[in-house]
Amino acid sequence: MKWLFASPAERRLLSGGRLRGPTPWVIAIMSFSIMLIAASGLALANTASLLGSAIQARYSVEVPGGGRDLSGLLQAVKSTPGVMSAEAVPESEMRRTLERWLGPAASSADLPVPALINFDLRPGADLAAVEKRVAALAPDARVSAHRESVKPLLSSLRLLQWVALGLVLLLSAAAAAAVVLAARGALDTNRSTIEVMHGVGATDMQVTHLFQRRIAIDALMGSLVGAAAAAVVLLFLAAGAAFAGQLTGGATLGAKDLVILALLPLALTMLATLVARSAVLATLREEL
Amino acid sequence: MRGAWQGDVHGARSLQWRGKTLESVAEFDSVGLRYGTGAEVLRDLDFRLANGGFYFLTGPSGAGKTSLLKLLYLAQRPTRGRIRLFGEELSEAPRDALPAFRRRIGVVFQDFRLVRHLSAFDNVALPLRIAGTAESEVENAVREMLAWVGLGDRTGARPPTLSGGEQQRVAIARAVINRPDLLVADEPTGNVDAEMAHRLLHLFTALNRLGTTIVVATHDVGLIGATPGAQMIRLEGGSIADPTGALRNPPARPAVEGQA
Repeated sequence: MKWLFASPAERRLLSGGRLRGPTPWVIAIMSFSIMLIAASGLALANTASLLGSAIQARYSVEVPGGGRDLSGLLQAVKSTPGVMSAEAVPESEMRRTLERWLGPAASSADLPVPALINFDLRPGADLAAVEKRVAALAPDARVSAHRESVKPLLSSLRLLQWVALGLVLLLSAAAAAAVVLAARGALDTNRSTIEVMHGVGATDMQVTHLFQRRIAIDALMGSLVGAAAAAVVLLFLAAGAAFAGQLTGGATLGAKDLVILALLPLALTMLATLVARSAVLATLREEL
Repeated sequence: MRGAWQGDVHGARSLQWRGKTLESVAEFDSVGLRYGTGAEVLRDLDFRLANGGFYFLTGPSGAGKTSLLKLLYLAQRPTRGRIRLFGEELSEAPRDALPAFRRRIGVVFQDFRLVRHLSAFDNVALPLRIAGTAESEVENAVREMLAWVGLGDRTGARPPTLSGGEQQRVAIARAVINRPDLLVADEPTGNVDAEMAHRLLHLFTALNRLGTTIVVATHDVGLIGATPGAQMIRLEGGSIADPTGALRNPPARPAVEGQA
């Protein structure tokens, strides 16, 4: 943390105070955006994980046409080794589900609704044994894993996670570019001071330290302001249960996620500091 | 602190480098300088500045005096030839090696080059702080130095509020505060009255007697005449006139006579 400290005399060397110019505000906007995107990405990851684990062991037996007595088939599935639980989905529930898409037509007796048995299989158990018993009692029935049906959804969620990560990286790169411009601007503004410092024997590191510290403080303040604003927005959104439910499928941010989010402003500050240091050193080395 | 101005004429130093006493502070061998692709502004410079010498650099405008001074205070590298300062070949020295040598050189610029937003005190203190001098020592040395150049009551003033002469005195105070081994001054008395010019010359002479090699670029004939024992380097058209060879092979330590 030495780069954050300077003597009063060192602080006086550079003209202009803090929070002048757009740099802190640009970084605040970047920080705000990065926090929201990162929070969304983490929530998506949690949703995918929650969904994936919930349906990992769940399977369905689908009997086309329906209208049959499923008790024998249900008993056969339940008694198969490895099956932890099984239940038949009532036809009325099936029709209620279909009503969301088909409207009142879903209640028509003319609409054939397949019969459905859901069961959970113990990890490592043999699905083929269940399939064999089902085939014996209902040859036209089909056994399917839930994870297969939600696979596209999970893929989309994972893709969105990568998109969120990509956006975080892009915004970080944009923040770094803004810092490079700010560092060059500060160097130009203070060029005569730098020449005098070099003239009396200042090393590049002594000059760099001044700019690095100035930009580090600007970046830290900007990051914290942006992060605070993002935290308010996230709390507001989290309070809206309906929104949270739609957005995350009920998944919340865990302690690990909150730690990651809390570290983001510091990471952004570190990035800005390192970029400023490199930019200033590179510019100084273009001279004599 | 390595050597704030004390005014003690008994403390003359001999310049040491890697255990040897140096006879020459600076050695120029076949040095040439051109800016960009233009013609050479300095040509075939061959001379030595004796340790403890006092030199006046003269010549018409455009002769290359300021360029020569830039080579001396390491603000410019020669485009050809070899420059040794304090016994070390610096023509192609890495950039990181230069600050240590610059700290041994005091420079008075013609245009002062003070930091506008810093007080006179902070401007004069800059070399000491850059060198890592403790703040308690900086305080005393700078106040004493500013008082000596007649600015004891203007320590908090910023350069834009100072007259040209006052700014020049601050620039001179900054150049000598660290008691440099080599002092390079470009028209140092150009903006001060006769009395202050005399005091500044006295300061330079006293520094010289303490062992500092002085190079002053000036058109002021009176200044040269008031400094018996000083050597003149005349630059014309980018070349040095040295008919006797005294600049190529100078006598050791030709310090000037004391000023009245």
